[in-house]
Order: sequence, then C-alpha cells, then structure tokens
Amino acid sequence: MSDPTGRKAVAAVWRIDSARIVGALTRYTGDFALAEDLAQEALAEALVTWPREGVPNNPAGWLLTVGRRRAIDAFRRRSTRDEKYAALAHNLAEGGALTGATDPGPAPDDVLWDPDQIDDDTLALMFTSCHPVLSREAGVALTLRVIGGLTSDEIARAFLVPTATVQARITRAKKTLGAAKVPFEVPPVNERPARLAQVLSVIYLIFTEGSSASSGDEVIRLDLAGEAQRLARIMSRLMPSEPEVHSLLALLELTAARFPARRGPDGETVLLEDQDRRRWDRSAIARGRAALAKAADAGRGYGYYGLQAAIAECHAVAPSVPETDWNRIVVLYEALGRLAPSPVVELNRAVAVSMARGPAAALPIVDDLAGGDAFKDSHQLPGVRGELLRRLGRLDEARTELEQAIRLCGNERERAVLTRKLADL
Amino acid sequence: MKFMLIWRVTSDEAWSNLGEIDFDQMLETVGRFNEELIEAGVLLAAEGLAPAEEGVVVDFSSEPPVVTDGPYGETKELFNGFYLINVPSMADAIEWAKRTPMTAAGFKTEIRRVPTIDEFPADNEWIKKERAWRERTGQL
Repeated sequence: MSDPTGRKAVAAVWRIDSARIVGALTRYTGDFALAEDLAQEALAEALVTWPREGVPNNPAGWLLTVGRRRAIDAFRRRSTRDEKYAALAHNLAEGGALTGATDPGPAPDDVLWDPDQIDDDTLALMFTSCHPVLSREAGVALTLRVIGGLTSDEIARAFLVPTATVQARITRAKKTLGAAKVPFEVPPVNERPARLAQVLSVIYLIFTEGSSASSGDEVIRLDLAGEAQRLARIMSRLMPSEPEVHSLLALLELTAARFPARRGPDGETVLLEDQDRRRWDRSAIARGRAALAKAADAGRGYGYYGLQAAIAECHAVAPSVPETDWNRIVVLYEALGRLAPSPVVELNRAVAVSMARGPAAALPIVDDLAGGDAFKDSHQLPGVRGELLRRLGRLDEARTELEQAIRLCGNERERAVLTRKLADL
Repeated sequence: MKFMLIWRVTSDEAWSNLGEIDFDQMLETVGRFNEELIEAGVLLAAEGLAPAEEGVVVDFSSEPPVVTDGPYGETKELFNGFYLINVPSMADAIEWAKRTPMTAAGFKTEIRRVPTIDEFPADNEWIKKERAWRERTGQL
C-alpha cells in the first residue's frame, strides 16, 4: 500500500483507537503527559513506516508497542539520573517489548489491551482531559485529540486557529496537569459531581461550537457537533447511573435532529417556527427521547441538561408551533431559571409565555430585562420585544425595536430575517 | 462518505465452522462490534440475511425469467449481511472492516463506496424527486 493510503490509515486508526492507546500507555507508564507524547511519537513513526512498508496487521497494537518501546527508552535515559526510573525501565522491559522486529506483533500487548481496563482508562482520560486546572480551550483541545482522536490540524481547522496554537495549548495543558500532579483516575465519589459537571460542560462547549452558525466552514463544524455526540455516548455508556450524562446526550441528539431543517435553499437561517418539521431527523429524536427517559428513570428530577433536553423534546414531538405544549415549556424554563438563573433563560421564558398566554403576559418579563444591561449590545432583546409589540398591534413601537435589533445584529442571516419582519409590518 | 461493508462466507468449510459457534457467544461478539459502531456515530444501517436456502432467484437469462428456489450459484458468490457506515475516508472503512466480528479463513468483507446524490445530474427530474425523498426521510 502506498502513500497517501498509509497516512490515511494512520489517521483512521487514531480516530478509532486513540483513547485506548493513550489510556493503555498512561496505565503502563503512570504518566498521562508522557503517554500522550509517546502516542504522538508512535503516530509520527507510523506516518513514516506505514506508507513505505504497508499497514501492519494489528495497527493499534503496532502503535502501542512502539509507544511502549519509546517509554522504556525514555525511562532508561532518565535512569542515569534517577534509580526509580531504572527500576521502572527494568520492569517494563520484562514484558518482552524490545524484540527489535520491524513489525511488532500484537502478542505482548494483549496484557495492555485488557477489555476490563479499557473502559476505566477511557473514563479516567475524560476526567483528566477535562480537569478544572485546565483552561476551557485547553480542555477542549486535549479532549478532542486524546478521546476524539482528531489531529491537531483538524482541531485547528474546526476552531479557525493556527495548528501551532492548538499544539501549544495541548503542550501547556500537559504541563499544567503534570505541575498540578493530577492523578490518572476516575475521581473519588465526593469529588465526582463537580468533576462530572466539568466533563459535561466541555462536551457541551464542543457541541455548541460545532452547531453555532456564527462562523467557519459549516461541514467541518457539523463534524465537531458529531464528535461531541460521540463523546456524550461514550460517557453515557461508561457512567450509566448518572442522569445528567443521559440528559446531555438527549439534549445533543434532540438539538442535532433539527440541523437538516435549519438552513433554507440559499443557506439562510430558518427559525424554529418556520422549519419544515418533516426534515427533522426522526431517528435522532428517538435516540434523544430514549436517553431522556433513562435520565428520568433515575427519579431525581431533571438537572441543567435534563431541563433543556425536556424543552427540546417538547418541540421535537410537536407537529407544529401552535400544537406545541407551551405551558410545559414555560414550567421547564421556570425550573431552569431557578436552577441556573440567566437573562437568556428569562428571555426564552418570555417567548414561551407569549406562546402559552399571549404577548401581553410576556411583555412585562421582557421589559424587566430591558431595565438591566445583560442585553445591552444584543439584538435578541429588541428582536423579541419588537415581535411582542407587533402582536399587540403597537406597530410604531415594534418598528423602533426591530430597527434597533437590525442595527445590533452581527449575523448576516439573522439580520435578513429581522429585515423581512420589519418590511412585513 | 458512505460505505457498505458486505459480509461474505466464501467456502463451505467456513460456513460449516460458523454453525459450530455458540449462538450466545456470536450474539455477544457481533453486539459488541455494533455498539462500537453506534458509539463512534458511524453506523447508518445493518442487516444480516436469512440463509440462502430460504432465498429465491429470478433469473433473466431466458424469456420469461425463470424463478427458482434456494441458493444461486456457489457459496463464494453469496453474501450474508451488510453494514452501512458513514466515515471520512476509505481508510476508515478499511479499519472498521478489519474489525468485522466472526471472521476466520474463508470469510471476507467487501467494501463498496455508496455514491451520494450530488454525484448525479442535479437538474434531472428523477434525481430531483429522489433528492426530495431523501430530504424528507433524512437520507441525504
């Protein structure tokens, strides 16, 4: 097999097996940062060797063996300074990795490839990559590379930053984890809720980055959303007793279900109320609802993601806007506002109230928000206010609000929608 | 890119070996592979086929066509099931195909790319109809 097939095979194997490779090497060396380096070195070696000599029979095993051999080399180098490493190098070499064969067979790595350990390792990797000592950007980059199996190039393209920036973030992240002596483990029960929330927020951030229409090549961004769904699926398998994990997966599935309908023929944004619901992805809706049902089964009520997923479910099952259960959506937004108060939630609640009880009931909520400065430079508040005033027949005021919204709106597609509304007045 | 992984058992010996495998074991092995495809978000569809002996062949070599019961031709021409997956490249499809469960000598997985609707003339009225159907059913 010749280049570029060999190179593509390296990327393919990494996409499928990165978490297992880094997980196994971390367990083997006891050092996550070193394991990630070793995996990258093994990949670099594969990029040279596979195009030339063909893809080995067991590609993941090959990478693991090369990584392990490099680990022994690294420990031997350090052993001249430190006896602890001499002992480590000796123990590691006992496994028989130093055969010197060009195609390291899979046999010695069966030990590392222990299926009972892999799941624990993957979970520990998730918690390490999303550790609170890391910045959001660093956590996102590390998670996508180590568990998502994306290359630095792919991450850079998805986030519209130079590859060097991504590499620097990852290097810094590994240093930070090392300096903070973060243990490679699933956190103990008392720390778990906070740490799990951190993992879920990183996954959610990847998804929103992937689904936001604000910038970038849409195709690549959708991949990012798909990547987040994959991470959420992995988490829901590994932590089946955590309702918020299922809730997050449900939220992502139910939101992504609407992706096929959110663009018109010319790429313009189609608002939820105008979407052709026949284009919603029915299987994604079914998967989302199943995940949400699992979350509900825990009997602890909905959390932050559960409430949002439940709102998304109300839309997903409604045949049309008027047939939507807006009363339930109002209740869910009220609960969300108590759990995680925010002006955005309030504004959404106002929209739901206007649908359930009419614009007159919603206007005071919006007016309260207008008193604060949370939406000072945002088009959202005047956009909603203008729409309420229009429905109340106060057209002059509606016009003023919509003009204000158009002035503030930075997104061309959304501005087009507002401009059309203004013209229709 | 969509690919179909077609699972074939190409020798009588491999076929009879398959019959020896514990059924529960087989369900678990195949099930684990399926779970992996689902979790990775690449699985679009998968079906296994009932034995070829239950199949019927309509042969157009003569006019009118001849309808016969049972398997057509030799074992190596039969296929027994398929996976439809969505992955970034042929290299990924190959890596997944290598992981096909229940394999041994005589088993083969054939990989075929499934062209997208964009590869057909967009202004053809039948292609337009097909595109509309695909959009409606989420199969673009």
